[in-house]
Amino acid sequence: MKLEFQLAFKNLFGARLRTLLNVLVLSFSFVIIIFLNSIMDGWDQQAQKDSIEWEFGEGHLIYEKYDPLDPYTILEGHSKIPLNLNGLTPILDHQAFIYPQGRMMSVVLKGIDIRQSVLKIPTHILKQSKESFPVIIGKRLAESAKLNKGDKVQLRWRDAKGTYDANTITIIDIFDSNVPNIDNGKIWIDINKLWQITGLENQASYFIVKDDFNKAAFPYWKFKSKESLLKNLKELIDQKKAGQSFIYGLLLAIALLAIFDTQILSIFRRQKEIGTYIALGMTRLKVVRLFTVEGSVYSILALLVGSIYGVPFFIYMAKSGFPIPPADQKMGIALADVIYPVYGLKLIFSTILTVIISATIVSYLPARKIAKLNPVLALKGKKQ
Amino acid sequence: MKKETIIKLKNLTKNYPVAGRDFPVLKGINLSINSSEFLGIIGPSGSGKTTLLNIIGSLDKPTNGEVNVLNKEIKSLNHKDAAELRNFHIGFIFQVFNLLPVYTVFENVEFALLLQKNTTKQRKNAVMEALEWVGLTEHANKKPDKLSGGESQRVAIARAMVKSPKLVLADEPTANLDAENAHAILKTMKKLNKELGTTFLFSTHDEKVMGYLDRKIFLRDGIVEKDEKYKS
Repeated sequence: MKLEFQLAFKNLFGARLRTLLNVLVLSFSFVIIIFLNSIMDGWDQQAQKDSIEWEFGEGHLIYEKYDPLDPYTILEGHSKIPLNLNGLTPILDHQAFIYPQGRMMSVVLKGIDIRQSVLKIPTHILKQSKESFPVIIGKRLAESAKLNKGDKVQLRWRDAKGTYDANTITIIDIFDSNVPNIDNGKIWIDINKLWQITGLENQASYFIVKDDFNKAAFPYWKFKSKESLLKNLKELIDQKKAGQSFIYGLLLAIALLAIFDTQILSIFRRQKEIGTYIALGMTRLKVVRLFTVEGSVYSILALLVGSIYGVPFFIYMAKSGFPIPPADQKMGIALADVIYPVYGLKLIFSTILTVIISATIVSYLPARKIAKLNPVLALKGKKQ
Repeated sequence: MKKETIIKLKNLTKNYPVAGRDFPVLKGINLSINSSEFLGIIGPSGSGKTTLLNIIGSLDKPTNGEVNVLNKEIKSLNHKDAAELRNFHIGFIFQVFNLLPVYTVFENVEFALLLQKNTTKQRKNAVMEALEWVGLTEHANKKPDKLSGGESQRVAIARAMVKSPKLVLADEPTANLDAENAHAILKTMKKLNKELGTTFLFSTHDEKVMGYLDRKIFLRDGIVEKDEKYKS
């Protein structure tokens, strides 16, 4: 095999422009495949990290009648907080309306223990505020409701007995999070204040879990680990990855087609050379192997060429990140302004293997024909 | 030097299918060729010279009859054994040189030795010696496209001789050369035949070649018409 590699390198370097073009196209595929996948992996890691830090903690302990994805369960979806919370942060969800600039918007009031530190939501600001009804909101709600820090807006809700009540809330802070779920249509207030205005004293819809807790103390609450909460996000990202694999699959197919065409042309044009190899004592199998290895060597050269311009590009992107247009950030999934690509060993090695194996296969397919060539006709350069 | 029979042909026939029918090219050839001979198969185009050379060189198989080359029965050789026979014991010289275009002169000559898995030092020594035989040491690093026809054919001779084969098959080696180069090539081959004892078997209809041959086998329509031996 060493000989075939030696000869393949000589043949490819001798072919100059043909080799250069094939190698450039294939190296481009290498770089694009690694880059696109690294962006997806970067997004995956960033989205998971942000979701855990801003929304999930170590998991949710949800009241059995409450389904966060079903707004009709909000009304009855809360229960008395059991004793011995031990590191659990209670959150009470309650339906309400705000009237920014005279129009009505449906919102969810989210009462939270303002002493919490499990989520990155800046609830400590609520503690420091001297306003009579301080709330904090995320940048997405602020943008959609055209609210700024310090603005006052009318809030209307129904208490535990169904009686409508209203008050003026003050936006004391607008936080910037990549997790839309805690932002879009959500107003965060002190849970004590929410208990007080709704009459739902000591009630919670769910808890944020920080550490381990005694599940037996919560018979009517169902536990969802952070892994199960992240499942939807992971599925979405996997789906996006699959969609994107079509693009780089297409790119790879173009590069492989170039190699396939070159191989077909080579076998057609290099008949005399093939005949000479056989006359000089190469077995047909060795000639088949030589042509197959030539195709594989394209991918090795492409790897080297791709590294020359790809590695600086990857380093640059790892430092500066990939900016996400604002429109894409409104998709409703955790997406940062800038995604930093993650280049895992698995990604790099699987890409290298994929390209080398597929280049070898497309080189072998036409090379098989050599095994059936008549060396006498090949020596004369007659097309077979 | 004791002469031994290295090629023995008995009732050799070769047919090619033409338009669905077998067309006979060689019709019962019987020949014996000894080591160190410098001989030629002479005949007009289509007489079967190249076919005969290809069968002796194990590039083709006979339809019928026995072909024994260097104690190997060509008909029963598989691809691997035939390749080994060519690689170690038979050198080829072609009419159009058939040099590998992307390799240098050195690499072209070295090729057969690479297949034999010789060490780098062995290869280098053998290649330089072969290039010295043909007077091309100064062209070792040139590519074939930088050589004249005569030089290219000398490279082909060096490539055939570098592995010290017992037999060299030369198919119309002077057909693409001018008279001066043809004579130079033939003198080189004759010298190698004398000094190394290598058997040279030509296929030719070139008058220039005939003057150098010790034995002429005349082939016409696939039949040996005459077999003349001369004192060298």
